[in-house]
Amino acid sequence: MPNFNAKVQVSLRTSVLDPAGEATKSAANKLGIKGLNKLRIGKAIDIEIEASDFEDAKTQLELLSDRLLANPVIEDWTLEISPVDSSNT
Amino acid sequence: MTVGIVVFPGSNCDRDVYWATKGCLGLSSRFLWHESTDLDGLEAIVLPGGFSYGDYLRCGAIARFAPVLSSLIDFVKNGGKVLGICNGFQILTELGLLPGALTRNQNLHFICDTVPLFVSSKRTKWFESFQSGQELYLPIAHGEGRYQCSSDILKKLQDDDSIALKYSKNPNGSICDIAGITNKEGNVLGMMPHPERACDEELGGIDGRNILQALLEK
Repeated sequence: MPNFNAKVQVSLRTSVLDPAGEATKSAANKLGIKGLNKLRIGKAIDIEIEASDFEDAKTQLELLSDRLLANPVIEDWTLEISPVDSSNT
Repeated sequence: MTVGIVVFPGSNCDRDVYWATKGCLGLSSRFLWHESTDLDGLEAIVLPGGFSYGDYLRCGAIARFAPVLSSLIDFVKNGGKVLGICNGFQILTELGLLPGALTRNQNLHFICDTVPLFVSSKRTKWFESFQSGQELYLPIAHGEGRYQCSSDILKKLQDDDSIALKYSKNPNGSICDIAGITNKEGNVLGMMPHPERACDEELGGIDGRNILQALLEK
């Protein structure tokens, strides 16, 4: 079965206060960074998955993202999938 | 007529709860390992505080998949009482038995304190012995206790009279000062404060006793 690489990006919904992001933004200002309008902290999850085809991989990864990696009450997620290039292995 | 106290890897208030229910209140109590699925003979179940499964990913996110919790859903449907304290409250929201989510405290600090609260609803058995609006003091100890939910969910909680406990002085930024909520049926209570740490005068107060006593009251 083919392998796929995936990246899931989980971020707090914009309506949810991100105190860690606010604290980091404040530190960035102290570092002298100018013009910072937004800084929000999320999670990035790297995944490799074996699946029968792209659609199968997508279905499983969407379930994983929505039911475990993110809590849809407070978080949004995005998913990027790419086939592993077998010519390199 | 026994209280079951779930023990997850990383629970650290399980023994405190046992000490309070069995030792202080004389309620029949036993521990329930997280892999157990047999809830026979239990009238109430406590999900204690701590850091279940290291709180990896999100507080309560991994614990949600523990075998004991798949049995817990049927237990709740059949009217069994469930009390989630602190990490237990976080698990109940991840599991979907209670709405909303617990997020990082607004001031980013882990808050360890004894705080004033008041009974916002005495609709359920848990707070039946209290007066409406009655003030009580309970210890809190959490880094992620800021209750969050959508405005629709908040309205539903208010309409259902399911906001059981509120902070008198909001310590963590919780929406609407929420410290504890119940489900509509009233048999599930989730709360960030620790009633098990307020069951003995020697430890500074006994305001938690009546909440735990309600575990085994009809």
